[in-house]
Amino acid sequence: MTTAIASRYTAEYSTIAPTLPGQNLAWLTALRQQALTKFSAQGFPSLREEEWRYTNVSAIEKKLFSPSLIGQAQDIVPTDLLASYQLPDAWSVVLIDGHYCAELSVLEGLPATVTVMSIADALAQQPEIVERYINQAVNNDEHSLVAFNTAWFTDGLFVHVPAKVILEKPVQVLHVSTQGDLLASTRTVIVAEDMADIKVIETFVGLDIAYLSAAVTEVFVGLNADVTLYKMQCESDKAYHFCGIYVKQAKDARFTHHNFAFGALLARCDIHTDLDLASECELNGLYLGVNRQHIDNHTRINHLKPHGISRELYKGVLDDRARGVFQGRVIVAEDAQKTDSQMNNRNLLLSNDAEADTKPQLEIYADDVKCAHGVTVGQLDEKSIFYLQSRCVDEETARNMLTFAFANEMVDKIKIKSLHDQALEQVLIRFPQAGINKEWL
Amino acid sequence: MLSIKNLTVNVNDKQILKGINLEIKPGEIHAIMGPNGSGKSTLSHILSGKAGYTVTGGSVSYQGKDLLEMAPEIRAREGVFLAFQYPVEIPGVSNIYLLKAALNSIRKHHGQSEVDAMDFLTLVKDKVRLLEMDEKFLYRAVNEGFSGGEKKRNEILQMAILEPKLCILDETDSGLDIDALKVVAEGVNSLRAADRSFVMVTHYQRLLDYIKPDFVHVLAHGQIVKSGGAELALELEEKGYSWVEDSKAAV
Repeated sequence: MTTAIASRYTAEYSTIAPTLPGQNLAWLTALRQQALTKFSAQGFPSLREEEWRYTNVSAIEKKLFSPSLIGQAQDIVPTDLLASYQLPDAWSVVLIDGHYCAELSVLEGLPATVTVMSIADALAQQPEIVERYINQAVNNDEHSLVAFNTAWFTDGLFVHVPAKVILEKPVQVLHVSTQGDLLASTRTVIVAEDMADIKVIETFVGLDIAYLSAAVTEVFVGLNADVTLYKMQCESDKAYHFCGIYVKQAKDARFTHHNFAFGALLARCDIHTDLDLASECELNGLYLGVNRQHIDNHTRINHLKPHGISRELYKGVLDDRARGVFQGRVIVAEDAQKTDSQMNNRNLLLSNDAEADTKPQLEIYADDVKCAHGVTVGQLDEKSIFYLQSRCVDEETARNMLTFAFANEMVDKIKIKSLHDQALEQVLIRFPQAGINKEWL
Repeated sequence: MLSIKNLTVNVNDKQILKGINLEIKPGEIHAIMGPNGSGKSTLSHILSGKAGYTVTGGSVSYQGKDLLEMAPEIRAREGVFLAFQYPVEIPGVSNIYLLKAALNSIRKHHGQSEVDAMDFLTLVKDKVRLLEMDEKFLYRAVNEGFSGGEKKRNEILQMAILEPKLCILDETDSGLDIDALKVVAEGVNSLRAADRSFVMVTHYQRLLDYIKPDFVHVLAHGQIVKSGGAELALELEEKGYSWVEDSKAAV
């Protein structure tokens, strides 16, 4: 059944394939073909798969989302979305409906040694280096949406930072969807060579229509290098959003991820990172669900070598009939002695109909490690409400303040001012703000 | 200022306060001492309006108004301040935000306009210096990651800024080292005023070496069993709580 419906996608593939970038590259064509074969056999993920038991994607199969082809006119330049989301203090690459838009992107002043370009351009200009990295942090054994992305991606971003280069401004990739029933399938590859330092922001936005975003990002963090990746998922509330972020950390490498899930009707995000000797990762997440939103976050931290440190904090606020899913796995290999890992997931339910499904998993094969995890699902703390009341704040304001504060703890971790303000705005518009004074924050 | 008459309070159908009588005039400092389980904390909670207590009899009048009728935030706006035994951590809300929200709630309650931003900052910084705190504290989340001493100091900072009329200090000395205790006591002493009263609920006499009370009351088994001047605290320390508990039994 699943396969039969997904076959509408595969049937359409032959008309799409000739328009995809890198047609002249045999290795890429072969890679896409393998991915197509895998996707054709499996279809979209099903509830029967353990990793998908809380998230039903059948709605995507019932529709047919198609990629926008190169040369198709974009009628609307979404100036409002650009004005709201394009960061002034970053280099930015704008992808409209899954295609790079040079006119809207801002790359002036980028150091000559650093590569920031669309992946379609990178495949045309420097295919050897793309070949070295693409599909190396992830493979087709992951769930079928990865294979789907590999076969279908129309464009994306390629970033390469040479050794010891510290990029002073962050790089933003702004994904904008403007067409109904659109499939925006994009691939991003970020390479930070040894001791390089880069911050990248992935922003997803769209017009108030139904579309499907399917993005895969691969990150390679070199020896003692530092990569901070922010994800701002502010899709239309009619949209479907899938995103997989797959990271390979070399020895002593640091990777920090901030995952903000605000929009979409159905959103799923996977973040997997492999840690080498003494590498560190920090995964932060905030998901806010209202109405009937379904937001699923999956993380996997793979400690492969000794002395790794991982810190994870995911927080969810769920109102109305929204549902939040968190599945966090920490795997400590037999060789990964002295691993220090903490995972936390905290959920705040604001309505009786809201739901949080949380599943932390520790798989430890080493015997000298420090690993902890904690999970909470609950309402606001009555002690905190009384404390605020005793400080002159009325009960309703106290509740709003605490809800806001619960989310704001994650927003406050953002080090980029303009992005911080954007995230703050997203939090404020989603929850009752009576009594919260923006000017005082 | 405060008049408690024959107050009886239950928690889960168990009588905790069994007829408390207390008169506090403006400018006075009253210490309420007693062993664990005597009802000290219940008294401070009932005055500040914490849920979970049932008043079964008696009355509490504050500045001529029925205190028990007021919501906790109204009491606070009317000038009742509780310095918590265990101040609550609120990640995501900065100290300065809470101070501003609290101060402006009081001003609004009294029909005044919002405090001017510059005046507010000057006021706050003054008080921060008074309590020998780092200005950075203001921008940290309320009590988050604070040591026991920092939390207590933060309570007194709030009190200094909000300028309440009736200050209730619940076990302020517990968890304080001697240096922090001195700073807290100086903070409290600097707030002493003819129109401001204090109720200090404490298990230990030590606090009273630094903040001299006008009256000391001993609470045992839900009743005030002995009242006196500051010297009563010293006597208590010497003889122990069993002295008053026993004398009550003899009555």
